[in-house]
Amino acid sequence: MKLKKMNFFVGLGLIIFLTLYLNLKSVWSKDTCIECHLLLDEKNVAIVENFKKDIHFLRGISCNGCHGGDASLGMDDPFASMDSQKGFVGTPDHFKIPAFCGKCHSDIEYMRKFNPKLRVDQHQLYKTSMHGKLLAGGDKNVATCISCHGSHGILPISDPNSPVFDLNVPKTCAKCHADASHMKNYKIPTDQFEKYSQSVHGMILLKNRDRSAPACNDCHGNHGAIPPGLGDIASACGECHSSNRELFNESPHKQIFKEAGLPECVTCHDHHLVAKTSDEMLGVGEKSVCMQCHTEPESEPYKVAFQIKANLDSLKNSIRQAQLLIEKAEKAGIDVGKAKFELNLAKDDVIKIQSLIHSVSLAKVTEVTQEGISKATFVKQSGQRALMDLKMRRIGLGGSAVIILILAFGLYLKIREVDARSKRVK
Amino acid sequence: MKTAIKLQKIYQWLDERVDLKKFQDLAAHKTVPQHKHTIWYYLGGMTLFLFVVQVVTGILLLLYYRPSAEQAFESVQFIMTEVTFGWLVRSIHSWSANLMIFTLFLHMFSVFFMKAYRKPRELTWVSGVFLFFLALGFGFSGYLLPWNQLAYSATKVGTEIAGAVPLVGDFILKFLRGGTEVSGATLTRFYGFHVAVLPMIATAVLLLHLFLVQKQGMSRPLELKSANPAPADIPFFPNFFLRDVLGWTLALGVLVALASIFPWELGEKADPLAPAPAGIKPEWYFLFMFQTLKFLPAKILFFEGEILGILFFTVLFGILIFVPFLDKKANLGISSRPLLVVGWCIVAFIILMTLWGVLL
Repeated sequence: MKLKKMNFFVGLGLIIFLTLYLNLKSVWSKDTCIECHLLLDEKNVAIVENFKKDIHFLRGISCNGCHGGDASLGMDDPFASMDSQKGFVGTPDHFKIPAFCGKCHSDIEYMRKFNPKLRVDQHQLYKTSMHGKLLAGGDKNVATCISCHGSHGILPISDPNSPVFDLNVPKTCAKCHADASHMKNYKIPTDQFEKYSQSVHGMILLKNRDRSAPACNDCHGNHGAIPPGLGDIASACGECHSSNRELFNESPHKQIFKEAGLPECVTCHDHHLVAKTSDEMLGVGEKSVCMQCHTEPESEPYKVAFQIKANLDSLKNSIRQAQLLIEKAEKAGIDVGKAKFELNLAKDDVIKIQSLIHSVSLAKVTEVTQEGISKATFVKQSGQRALMDLKMRRIGLGGSAVIILILAFGLYLKIREVDARSKRVK
Repeated sequence: MKTAIKLQKIYQWLDERVDLKKFQDLAAHKTVPQHKHTIWYYLGGMTLFLFVVQVVTGILLLLYYRPSAEQAFESVQFIMTEVTFGWLVRSIHSWSANLMIFTLFLHMFSVFFMKAYRKPRELTWVSGVFLFFLALGFGFSGYLLPWNQLAYSATKVGTEIAGAVPLVGDFILKFLRGGTEVSGATLTRFYGFHVAVLPMIATAVLLLHLFLVQKQGMSRPLELKSANPAPADIPFFPNFFLRDVLGWTLALGVLVALASIFPWELGEKADPLAPAPAGIKPEWYFLFMFQTLKFLPAKILFFEGEILGILFFTVLFGILIFVPFLDKKANLGISSRPLLVVGWCIVAFIILMTLWGVLL
């Protein structure tokens, strides 16, 4: 009986040991790269630790997914696992990195397993980019995939810590493009980031952290990064400023700029340093961009520039006057909701004119100005009526107060009289 | 002279049919005690006057108001901007509502402290307390009607509080809102309460209250032990009545001035998707309760603080109805000191909590 019991426990122990051993063996055999490299120097340990956050690792792709080799051989024979016969490629050569990543990222069938929406043309686009062309020409200095996305710690682009997350893109590009020593062979400026940071786009993106503002890649493209050519600038800006692009394309400036070799939007707005627009950029004043070309007071464009600004100013002036009136009425407690709504429509007309300027059509600007002024006039009249109403209310209040006081005094006299009568009766 | 004869004839004609003499005698014999607390007797009449103002201005507002989520705000805006004297009518309605509740509070507490509820006036007190509840109901339902953002959010919070009552809370919430959310359905039923249900009940209770006041005459404070009527008493008609009319005339002047100088704001149209405005508060007369609920900790022993708070006020209002039956000493002509202390504590509590709510 005792022997039977002992046999049972020995058997159970054996089963447990074998199960644990086989399980551990399968765990080890899964990823021995990590096990081994964690035993190496600090650099290797850092790579492994970093890789644990990597999107590839999190999606089940381990070291051998990119570097090849047989991770199952593992600890028994490290060099056997890193045998080129087993597909081991080790650290890829700088020139081979795009193809190295493209091996999977250009494979639509493979990528679909992870995300059916993911693009697979990055490598193709890269080849057309300035970076890709220079790399193909043997320039080891240019950016490849890992220059922007990093390696062994690649985060999804939606991760705010990713170097290619919208808010981080300018700084990532600036890593190379603002580095004068890095860029010295290319003869291009290195102040783009500095200028961009001061631009309206940069302020909104970097300071307000508003992701709707454009970063470098929104104008230059990302994988197919290339500076827009002269004729492409309106297209680049027009991606967002579509109405202004259409108006510009219909304007006489389109053809003239083309002939003169002027870079469309950039001529007036600058590119990396594109400033917040102001009405000072119009007309014939000191800060007017029109005056960069149309300096002759007798010329037609000069007159148009002057008149457009005059129209805009007169509308803004009407709106200001109307606003003052209704604010005064509102402070006095009169409801001016309707007038305020109309005033907002007039303000919309100002924005419309600021866009219509790209057509340089005085007729169109004048038409909208008149519409806006008639709205502002309505608001002004409403405001005047409201203030008149207020005056009438005060007069009415004064009048009613007098009547009520007279009545109250009459009642007081009557009370005295009836009280006196009551006392006499008593 | 001829006019006097004509009036006399009309009087005689009416007297033959409705016995005017009886009313005349009643008016001639009705007196009002004259003492240092007589001033408090005017508050009931003042509340009644403000109620009449509410009825008249309310009916005028009804001519233009449209009770739907789509049109309510716009119709009030129309009243405020386009309708001749619409702004005045609406502003008077709002101001008068607030003043009415204020005078109602004063009237109720003056009656409480003068112990005017003691036998035989228990029912007058009970009907008065019901009128107070009805006035709060008028305030709560009327506040939502302009359908502005502030009213919308306040109603949401107010109905949520009612919804937190154990057992029946969910039913009350759905009954008040006409669904799970404050919506157009809530507006139409609040409108129904405000212009039909509450006025009907209020008129009936008010008539009972006034009948009882007329039937029993004015109460004397306990300290005045003199005979009834005392030599110092003044006839109700015309002496006291004229004083009432003088008060009403001045109140009308105050109302017109307030409405003209501080017209009632309309605010922004309610947007159910917009976040509630910061520092949302109910009307001042609910503020002491709201502030207490805010002040209570989330948990008191094993109970939710808010629910305990709601139960506390429910019990307090319940006790308020039964004050005449609880204060047995008053019927014996003795002023109960503990009750007096409790009363003053409640007044102090209401004032402090309201001030706290207003200022913070």
